Amino acid sequence: MRGRRETDSMQAINWASVFFLLLAGLACAFAIAVVVTGNIVRMAFYLVLSLAATSGLFFLAGADFVGAMQLLIYVGGTLVLLIFGVMLTSQAPFINMRTGSGELLIALALGGTIFGVLAFAAFSIPEWRNGELAAVGPSLPSQTAGPIGMGLLGARVDAESIDDDKAGYLLVFEIISVHLLVVLVGAAYLARAKRRRDALPA
Amino acid sequence: MAILFNKALNWIASWFDGSVAADSVAGYVLAAFTHVFLLINLVAVGALIFIWLERKVAGRIQDRLGPTRVGGKFGWLQTLADGIKLITKEDLMPEGADKFLFKVAPYVSFCAALAALIALPFAGGAYPFVAVHMNVAVFFILAVLGVEVFGVILAGYSSASKWALFGAMREAAQVVSYEVPLGLCAVVPVLLAGSMDLVLIGDYQQGWFWNWYVFHDPFTFIIFWVYITCATASVNRAPFDLAEAESELVAGFHTEYSGLRWSFFFMAEYGSMMTVSLLASILFLGGWHGPIPIGSMLGLTFENSFWLGIAGNFLGLGNVLLKGFMGVTIMMWVRWTLPRLRIDQVMITCLKYCTPIAAVMFLGAVLWQVSLPGRAFFGIAAVSSEIHELREPWMTPTAVQSVDQSPMSVDSDGGLVVHARQAGN
Repeated sequence: MRGRRETDSMQAINWASVFFLLLAGLACAFAIAVVVTGNIVRMAFYLVLSLAATSGLFFLAGADFVGAMQLLIYVGGTLVLLIFGVMLTSQAPFINMRTGSGELLIALALGGTIFGVLAFAAFSIPEWRNGELAAVGPSLPSQTAGPIGMGLLGARVDAESIDDDKAGYLLVFEIISVHLLVVLVGAAYLARAKRRRDALPA
Repeated sequence: MAILFNKALNWIASWFDGSVAADSVAGYVLAAFTHVFLLINLVAVGALIFIWLERKVAGRIQDRLGPTRVGGKFGWLQTLADGIKLITKEDLMPEGADKFLFKVAPYVSFCAALAALIALPFAGGAYPFVAVHMNVAVFFILAVLGVEVFGVILAGYSSASKWALFGAMREAAQVVSYEVPLGLCAVVPVLLAGSMDLVLIGDYQQGWFWNWYVFHDPFTFIIFWVYITCATASVNRAPFDLAEAESELVAGFHTEYSGLRWSFFFMAEYGSMMTVSLLASILFLGGWHGPIPIGSMLGLTFENSFWLGIAGNFLGLGNVLLKGFMGVTIMMWVRWTLPRLRIDQVMITCLKYCTPIAAVMFLGAVLWQVSLPGRAFFGIAAVSSEIHELREPWMTPTAVQSVDQSPMSVDSDGGLVVHARQAGN
């Protein structure tokens, strides 16, 4: 029995790790492709794939709700709007962007700094440096939308007690909601039909 | 599902005096391949049937016979003949096209249509027939259906053709607009069931047809028809097929496509028609629960035995596929009956009619549910106690041990409990 167990663990592939590496690699590769490509619509296409791979990482981590959010907001909504913008503003078909070397240098410095900070932050957390687990294991499915909704209403279900000092996100939620309302009103103001007297005969 | 596969493998392996552990890799891989195989065939074979049906329905509505020759009396092999014709067609690409995006676009559409199906259950109970049992399934399907438009936009843009670009722009505007009322409509069954899990939403409507959410109250009855309208618009079917509008835009976004690439767009279209119809049947029409609970009358439930439950699930599978099939047929009927709207009329239908109606009906359904909880069939019948006992199969968030100290918690019934905060804290 013991021998069988060992061969099992040798043969068993940790699919979570495999998919983590696959999706993370895809996300990074397409992110680099966004930067390297000159054509704007192709950039948008690679950005879609990169963001979709990121949502795949969320699904892999068991965060269904956040993953679906990522799909709806970033992959669905933002990119449709982005492409709208590109298609409406570009003067010539298949417009190409030329980046100067100065811009490239600044972008490289900025991106490198953010990458460095994030990498430092990630590696400085002792719990994440466990070498035995290559990546997240398959976790027990749990309801993910409920705790998020409760958190936005100001109550954290993962709090041990009221003294736990795990604050909810009611204020943040309200600020973002009002902000979005302002943006919507602004968009409606900008897009409203200008009243012209000589526009069309009635 | 994969554990089920491992059990089945274990059963087969036991003939040869071997054993497969429940968490073995073999079952997971096999389960994944089986799911994808079945779902791809649902789209592909579905398209095969629907294209034939579309011709027949169109023929009948226009007082013709439709295909009669290929494959015997009813011309049921017509789609196969079409397919062979499409394969032999030359794969054309415009000179000025963005070649990479032009080639990729049909697959983007098709993948999105297929991906929506992985969260869609085909039978419920303790062992539901679903590829990925997701606890935000409704939300996921709506999100993925929105991605499908991206393939159309890419196709329209990369073709370097005016007609294609016009079609793509219209499609983008239309789909982005119709997502709003569609989401509002889909929220109502979520609200009534208290869960975004489609398996649970379907199982809450078990029993007789008066437990279906379409008959729950007058508001859900109206919102069902709003959903059908918005779903037709969001999958670009006539009278909302502005993106291809043959009479004005040649063929819209797929003007420059031919052969197999073109057929991928069609498969995606029929796939998403099937998806929204199946979603309608699960959200409003009881899903795998027929109008008469034949399965539970015959004792085909998981309480009696595992295999009887599986048999009942196959009955449910037939049920939900029949409902989805009928939904698609209704879309065809509408397509060949109503004239195409203008683009401004499409927008007016969405923004001035569908969205406000959906919003008001949503409020109405909320108030109805608050004032008449636990009632079905326009408030006449009581919901049976079995339905009240249904729970989501995973951990629902439970609050802290000492409930008194928590300001807000989810109690064992899944309801929100707000506790008064004590002065001492």
